[in-house]
Amino acid sequence: MQIIVTGILLSGTYALIALGLTLQYGVARIMNLANGETLVAGCFIAFWLYASFAINPILGLAIIAPLAFAFNWGVYQIALRPLVKRAKNKGMLEVDSILATFGLLFLLQGLMLLGFGGEYFNYQFLAERFVIFGSAYGLNRVVAFSAAVVIAGALYYFLYHTRQGTAVRAVAADPASANLVAIDVARTAAIAFALGGALTACGGALLSTFYTFNAAMGITFTMKALIIVIMGGVGDVRGAVLAALILGLAETAVASLIDPGLTLAATYALFIIVLLFRPQGMFGRQTT
Amino acid sequence: MLRRTFIALATSVAVLGATSGASFAQEVLKIGASAPKTGPLAGGAAMTHWPNVHMWVNEVNERGGLDIGGTKHTIELVEYDDQTSAETAIQNIQRMATQDQVDFIVTPYSTGINVATAPMIAQHGYPHITTSAATDGVEDFAARWPNSFWMLGTATQLAEGAVQTLTMLRDKGDIGNKVALVHVADAFGLELAGAAKPALEAANFEVVYEASYPLGTQDVAPIISGAKDAAPDAFIGFSYPGDTFALTEQAQIQDLDVGAFYVGVGTAFPPYAARFGAAAEGVIGIGGINVADPKIADYIERHTAAAGQGPDFWASATTYAGLQVLEQAIVAAGTKDRAAVVEAIKNGTFDTVIGEVKFENNVNPNVWTVGQWRDGVFVAVAADGMDVAQEPVKKEGWE
Repeated sequence: MQIIVTGILLSGTYALIALGLTLQYGVARIMNLANGETLVAGCFIAFWLYASFAINPILGLAIIAPLAFAFNWGVYQIALRPLVKRAKNKGMLEVDSILATFGLLFLLQGLMLLGFGGEYFNYQFLAERFVIFGSAYGLNRVVAFSAAVVIAGALYYFLYHTRQGTAVRAVAADPASANLVAIDVARTAAIAFALGGALTACGGALLSTFYTFNAAMGITFTMKALIIVIMGGVGDVRGAVLAALILGLAETAVASLIDPGLTLAATYALFIIVLLFRPQGMFGRQTT
Repeated sequence: MLRRTFIALATSVAVLGATSGASFAQEVLKIGASAPKTGPLAGGAAMTHWPNVHMWVNEVNERGGLDIGGTKHTIELVEYDDQTSAETAIQNIQRMATQDQVDFIVTPYSTGINVATAPMIAQHGYPHITTSAATDGVEDFAARWPNSFWMLGTATQLAEGAVQTLTMLRDKGDIGNKVALVHVADAFGLELAGAAKPALEAANFEVVYEASYPLGTQDVAPIISGAKDAAPDAFIGFSYPGDTFALTEQAQIQDLDVGAFYVGVGTAFPPYAARFGAAAEGVIGIGGINVADPKIADYIERHTAAAGQGPDFWASATTYAGLQVLEQAIVAAGTKDRAAVVEAIKNGTFDTVIGEVKFENNVNPNVWTVGQWRDGVFVAVAADGMDVAQEPVKKEGWE
């Protein structure tokens, strides 16, 4: 029981890391390598708000989300839009966007180093005991998990039950055809990218309540997010959530029952299995 | 990728020193420094390494510089980021030696990068005074590269210190025989765990839970619950900063009931006490310094004033002491000649913040090994060849 609860809580963390990227990659077709840096930036802003203004990180989301949305919107319009315009096909856009966001990664990392230095940061927020079925868990992790559930639920509702969300899915499925049915593809893609960035930053803010972070840590989060997005199927929110759940449970089970040293091996074994049997991801559509 | 960043502060202080105090001509002593500013070890270097380098350069220049053979030399610092990459660090050393033609270098940061750069440093004949390398290879390394000096002790010293501390607590009746032993799965963790196991066995401790975890792991709930299920009397974790914090937080949340809780790198960082507050009281960990020593107290005060933050309670003081050794050896040799300075380090006795340093076969044998958080200060409770500040005490709960 304890393994299952710990695993589910961990999967909430993973979902927070990956949901933003799945929107950015699936819809806006931008393979955002600066995903981890956006997340760490979320950590830093939450830390700064908490340390300087005593703003609770959960309330801080109300500041961080619009800020990250605006920033990512700007990045898309200034840096990525020209790439989208000149790209002749999906492959070319992927290569160009990887290069561009690689640069963005260093820019963001440099700015954080300049602002906060390279030290480790963390702070104490809700690091209290929360008892579920007789075992104690960190309240901050439970809160982060609940927030992940709310965010994933809201995102699902947006994508599958609103007009704008349907447009986003249409662009994800086929940008050229979406254009034919009067969807403003450029605008929709920009919204998806900005929304993805906002989600990632919110994930960072929640993670900062229980992770120790520094300016150089982004890449580890990007790696994890990539695995989850590719396992789940590019651009599919349900797939990303399911992949996060499987990874969280598998890692915790392996760590508890076999050996904590094998968690990485378990992650990559699952990754390889999914790639072998469903190269398009668990919920991914076969490319034509 | 190489970036050349002169520290504005150092230069301005140098200019200030040149224009105001001294009336005679000022020579320049070029010192090169390469260490992580980005990458996985940037956090540790920002805490332990860089503030000491900057502080030392500023202090020497404020004094009017180094007296080398009767001429005052102000220090000009050339610093590079090695991005926590051994390859980049080697290129940096090469560049400092050939392009910048620095007179001396500051040690790189971390065991791995010090060992990786040692051959290149030896090739250029620079004295290489390592202050952040803790490994059992030091004697071999010192023999292989006679220009290298090793100040932070060996993995065996550190691991045995941990076991000595547990033994003392057991002898006092504070804890029993059962130990949970976890470590990060990289060179540091493996070496310390490898040295600790035989020492625990020799001291008649029983290892009831043993686990390793990959570098960078912060989701350690299964590890603490696994350890808890084995009902140990003491917990030892040879961990890195991120996991040190995570292990402590989980132990607190799951209320791991042990009389001794030992964690690795990061325990000695002031933010550890800031983060855990009263729960940090009684936690033991790698490092420790003798805060009762007035020299150390003065050092902490100067570091806090210069860097805006206190030093860590372990390798910070050693890093500063390493720079003092370099400084005193250059003055004693009275020349910029590298071989002469290496000889001076080999044979000299140096007065530093961590006490008198005298190398035996290029290794500094006297080190603090274990510290304990007591009233917001991380005091040394075990050492090899040095005075400790206090006796270890039992950890009383997490509240």
